[in-house]
Amino acid sequence: MPPNSSLLQCENLSREAPARPGLFLLQDVSFSLARGEVLAVVGPSGAGKSTLLRMLNRLDEPTSGVVRLDGQDTQSLAPRTLRRRIGMVMQRAYLFPGTVSSNLVFGPSQRGETLAPEQIASMLASVGLESYEGRDALTLSGGEAQRVAILRALTNNPEVLLLDEPTSALDAAARDSVEHALEFLITTRHLTCVWVTHSEEQARKVAHHVLALEAGRVRSWGAPEQVLVNRGDSA
Amino acid sequence: MNHLFGSLQRGLIDCVIAGILALIILLLARRRAPGLLPELPFAELRGIVQIVAVGMILAFLLHGPRWVAVPVLAGMILAAADIVRRRAQRIRQAMPLALLSILCGAGLVLTLMAVTGVIPMTIAILVPVGSMVIANTMNTLSLFLDRLRGEVIAHTGEIESALALGAAPESALAPGLQAAFRACLIPSIDNIRSLGIVWIPGIMAGMVLSGTSPVFAALYQFVVLTTIFSAAALTCLIASRLVTRRVFSEHEQLLLRA
Repeated sequence: MPPNSSLLQCENLSREAPARPGLFLLQDVSFSLARGEVLAVVGPSGAGKSTLLRMLNRLDEPTSGVVRLDGQDTQSLAPRTLRRRIGMVMQRAYLFPGTVSSNLVFGPSQRGETLAPEQIASMLASVGLESYEGRDALTLSGGEAQRVAILRALTNNPEVLLLDEPTSALDAAARDSVEHALEFLITTRHLTCVWVTHSEEQARKVAHHVLALEAGRVRSWGAPEQVLVNRGDSA
Repeated sequence: MNHLFGSLQRGLIDCVIAGILALIILLLARRRAPGLLPELPFAELRGIVQIVAVGMILAFLLHGPRWVAVPVLAGMILAAADIVRRRAQRIRQAMPLALLSILCGAGLVLTLMAVTGVIPMTIAILVPVGSMVIANTMNTLSLFLDRLRGEVIAHTGEIESALALGAAPESALAPGLQAAFRACLIPSIDNIRSLGIVWIPGIMAGMVLSGTSPVFAALYQFVVLTTIFSAAALTCLIASRLVTRRVFSEHEQLLLRA
């Protein structure tokens, strides 16, 4: 999908460690992302990748800087409204006790809506989890659970999806299944994503842009072939 | 006079034996709860000084007007809230939370029972029964907040996942509140369930010893225990309403994390 006007914009975003003022977890990070684009965020542990995602949907408060969603300062949005528009998938699935279906209807139920059984069945089938509706969510394998967590985040129809290393806690087979599911969903739904990853290969495969962070600062930003070639360390 | 001195001496010896026994047992269990061992001697010393002081004050108050019970119970509520505050580590503004919860929960139940005549409005009954209700409420509330803190820290990922899905803080915290509420009330329910089988509480024994009919004493003991349960449950219910805004920021971000 060709890039158009900016959907997600980040201007000089910074966050100081709450217990240690003066120590920045993230400093002056700026980027912009058009609708349908995927941004891969790479960098070593402690670079501020997860902090960036947590500030984008306001699980953490920025110390300074602005995040704009479709031109609107996200500080002017109620946190719940913002989090429905910017969904997030964490490193671990953190499914709630209950069935797979009850996990999928959680988001819509928070705003008084529900999902039709056919919708649930179709969503599950799209990621290779046919007939999983009634399964106990806490008995799923890592890869299955993460695929349910991704679908759960999509039930709010977010404009932007944040992915915080969704495959890093999985074994190779499960990682492949989640990657395929994500690639399928990103392509078919034209999702706008900010995807934190440790894998350069993954970043090359899915991203339109790459943001390389180091010690809380932007080391480089640009097309994958530019940023990933120039990086001396392993992402 | 000699008799009084003798019973006082005997009582002090009994206290020392009981206190040492508790210390020995906690010493045996020191690996399970290393932080508790240094606390017990001070808690015992403080407890004995306080209870003896209260005994002396009660002896003085027994002949005073009924209204004196109100400031005495209010003082107990204040002290109980302060003890809960110390247990509720890392929960913001724990003192107003504990004070308001105990005041509204235990205070309302005690007032209701006194107004309806279930607890006779004499200082000799209001103060000891009130103190039992407040003390048990304090323990239950401490358990509630301690368990809630543990639940939140153990389930940070689930809570933040719920927030990230657009859930209200109350909804994200609901499973933790349910677990804490259930856990803190189990001892009170078990006390009612085991009444007369596992234990015959002190108030009943005292009433029988003072010549009250054993059946009436038994029924009254039930009244006291269910009053304790009601006060504790109402207090924790109020606390569960108040605690959410102390665990989350005004921007609905989880503040209590590992």
